[in-house]
Amino acid sequence: MLVKLLSGDSPRSPLLALILLAILIALAFAPFLFPGIRSVDTAARICIFIVLVASYDLLLGYTGIVSFAHTMFFGMGAYGVALASVHMGRGFDALAVGTLAGAALAAVFAFLIALFSLRVRAIFFAMITLAVASAVAVLVSQLSQITGGEDGLTFLIPRELTPAFRFGDELFGVRLNGKLLNYYLVFLASLALFLLLLRIVNSPFGRVLQAIRENDFRAESIGYRVVAYRTTATCISAAVAAFAGALYAVWIRYVGPDAVLSFDIMLDILLMVVIGGMGTMYGAVIGAVLLLIAQNYLQELMGLGAGAFEGVPILPELLSADRWLLWLGILFVLSVYFFPTGIVGRLRQGR
Amino acid sequence: MPEPILSLEGVFTDIAQYHVLQGVDLTVPAGEVTMLLGRNGVGKTTTLKTVMGHWRAREGRILLDGTDIARTPTPDIARMGVGYVPEDMGIFANLSVEENMVLAAVTGPIDPARRDWIFSVFPPLKTFWSSAAGNLSGGQKQMLSIARAMIEERRLYLIDEPTKGLAPAIISTMARALRELKAQGASILLVEQNFSVAKALGDGVQVMDDGRVIWSGRMAELAGDAALQERLMGLSLEGA
Amino acid sequence: MAHAEQREAPPAGDEVAHRPTMTRAGLTDRLAPWMPFLLVPVLAVLGWLAIPSTSSWLTLTVSGLAMGMMIFIMASGLTLVFGLMDVINFGHGAFVSVGAFVGVSMLLVLANMTEAPSLMLNLLAMLAAVIAAMVATGALGWAFERVIVKPVYGAHLKQILVTMGGLIVIEQLIVVLWGPEEIYILRPEALQGAVTFAGAALEKYRLVAVGIGLALFIAMRLVLRRTKIGLIVRAGVENGPMVEAMGYRLRRVFIGVFIAGSALAGLGGVMWGLYQELITAHMGQEIMILIFIVVIIGGLGSVEGCFIGALLVGLMQNYVAFLEPKAALVSNIALMVAILMWRPQGMIPVVKAK
Repeated sequence: MLVKLLSGDSPRSPLLALILLAILIALAFAPFLFPGIRSVDTAARICIFIVLVASYDLLLGYTGIVSFAHTMFFGMGAYGVALASVHMGRGFDALAVGTLAGAALAAVFAFLIALFSLRVRAIFFAMITLAVASAVAVLVSQLSQITGGEDGLTFLIPRELTPAFRFGDELFGVRLNGKLLNYYLVFLASLALFLLLLRIVNSPFGRVLQAIRENDFRAESIGYRVVAYRTTATCISAAVAAFAGALYAVWIRYVGPDAVLSFDIMLDILLMVVIGGMGTMYGAVIGAVLLLIAQNYLQELMGLGAGAFEGVPILPELLSADRWLLWLGILFVLSVYFFPTGIVGRLRQGR
Repeated sequence: MPEPILSLEGVFTDIAQYHVLQGVDLTVPAGEVTMLLGRNGVGKTTTLKTVMGHWRAREGRILLDGTDIARTPTPDIARMGVGYVPEDMGIFANLSVEENMVLAAVTGPIDPARRDWIFSVFPPLKTFWSSAAGNLSGGQKQMLSIARAMIEERRLYLIDEPTKGLAPAIISTMARALRELKAQGASILLVEQNFSVAKALGDGVQVMDDGRVIWSGRMAELAGDAALQERLMGLSLEGA
Repeated sequence: MAHAEQREAPPAGDEVAHRPTMTRAGLTDRLAPWMPFLLVPVLAVLGWLAIPSTSSWLTLTVSGLAMGMMIFIMASGLTLVFGLMDVINFGHGAFVSVGAFVGVSMLLVLANMTEAPSLMLNLLAMLAAVIAAMVATGALGWAFERVIVKPVYGAHLKQILVTMGGLIVIEQLIVVLWGPEEIYILRPEALQGAVTFAGAALEKYRLVAVGIGLALFIAMRLVLRRTKIGLIVRAGVENGPMVEAMGYRLRRVFIGVFIAGSALAGLGGVMWGLYQELITAHMGQEIMILIFIVVIIGGLGSVEGCFIGALLVGLMQNYVAFLEPKAALVSNIALMVAILMWRPQGMIPVVKAK
């Protein structure tokens, strides 16, 4: 049963299995294990990013294509939910319509970009996605009548998903309200999407993708239509990213260019995939958990470090919490060089 | 027999996971034309590419005039005086014929006398001297490819299937050019599928099969022995 | 000569059978390679039709050309580096930012020279800034090639990731060294203001930028066409292994091109910074979008294509920004899509040996 759920792709390392199990339990019971607004918020973001990063892994790790438009697809899902909720009024129907419309739009965009770039050479894809994603981000912040511009949109989600909705008193000291329901919506949807991705990469389709990644000439000569497979993978990946975006919008009840479209999110995704381990799916879990926890708690530590070195030239500058990105960048380059299989790859080797 | 200008000793070359050369031993005596014969896919082109350093030998020695060049970078091998005509001709299509030739003259400007000699062997190159090489016909491209190797005196010429896919009239032009080169006393290692051309030009012969040299001897010996030809190469010889 | 005597008279039949002729191409075929060059005037005419006032059109055309020239300067190195070694450098934008910061710092240091109303002193200050920027970015390019790019030759996926990482790191280091605030900079005295021509105000600085860009393009073409190193580069873009088999160390040439390309990006950065009169650590990353569009529509590896592509993008950006500001960047995406539909490999595709 469990093996079937995982599509036969077991962690293949006892330690990895243990870590994944711990993460699953922690996320499943997060509101009870770590009560407190901030920690539940972190848990929800982790769930969403696991899906987002795993969908990116389908592209980067399994297909060998680099995309810089993943945040754009993420944003399409988020804006879909926001716009639908604004125009249709709060309600689950608006959430459904917004999510599906966002995912469809993302898939169409992915299809068009793939059509223009993958046909020629895969390297075009990286450049074109970068260009298109920034054009879309600029457009979104300029078309303020529709998108709310730089300020973004705040919207109402169904009352059943907000703290105002109560369906009982307390359970183990946790208030039974809509926020709790919202968390479990995010958690269960993320879990389902992750298992779906796991199913896809372990299907015959996923195997062909990996064959293409290893040697596209050979795959082509065996008779697989490389462009068609890559394009399909791109569309699936984009649609799943849009689903993640929709969940994110439901969770934070707000969308804005900085929150869902910024290039920093793209960098986070890249880093999570690489550090977790490309082409493993489970790497997405490890990467997302590590990075998000680090982001939430380590930045404060850096701030403390900067304070400690006050008076020393440059050092406080380098350690300031604003320089988080500098260290991420260095970590990223080093990981690609020395750690290309990521944490999951290392754990499986050390078996 | 004269001193060898080139000798390969137990050369193994892998391309990706394929073991293409499996212990090649061969020698090219100085001042001779050595034919490298064999069926398609037995490693003739890979042998030339290994000498040039495009593929690296996993094992074995490649001696050029006594120096082991198995680890020498390709440009240095070329500058030791090796002229290479690859199977795909390696023409720079966006460059003019002249620019192709200027590049081929590594050590300095083109020697006019040598250029005129090449014009006399390959008249079309004179006609199209300033045209883009990409606009040449297949045969003219092959002429250019050989002419680039001939523009300077080389210690050794590696020529890969110069007559492949060419019309008989052009093949005779190629054969004439190679004869002239030979008459200058050049040392040539020539891969050739056309046995009548091979017979006319070759002094020595090395026959390859399955990544090894399986027979080596004099051309006269092979040319006069139909049974031996049949045994060694069977299917491969056209126009024998 | 010995060989001349050896030659036998060719049989007459051979010569008839094998008469070397170039295929006569039809008019359209012969025009095809020149089509991209025609696109620039075509776009300019379209702009003239769309923009009501001729003087505004002239102003926009000059600023479009100026912007195009600057993008060309920044993009040329990227396209050659790709053509030569199949290396795609997503960190190229970092050189633009670094060039801008070094150059502008130099100008700020030499403020008394730039503020003086003397053309001579202004130009000297500019020259110092440009040299400082180019030396800094050239050196940075050399280091970048060794540390970031060299270990990932032949692996596109890793190249994209690692060079992107390099871009982030360099951008962040700029912030560490120069602080997080954007820096405003005034152009040197002599380059401020505009000249009036046919009723249109043409900023002096833009005219200078057009001049510098044009001069660089011509110089680059001369080097590529007339010198042996240029021949090696052009041949190397087509078929690197053959160039090596002829005896040229392509890797050394490549490093040279990488350094030169980085230095040019630095020069472009100074020019771009002075054009905007504002520099930020992100400017390189932002301009990279346009640079990528330019190298893609030009045809990766082609300097001519890059030049035309840059002019098209510059003009498009300025015309559309005048007509409908919000559509400027999107219009360039549309331009890219249109050109890729016409020629999927870009306007001047580089024939690659298999």
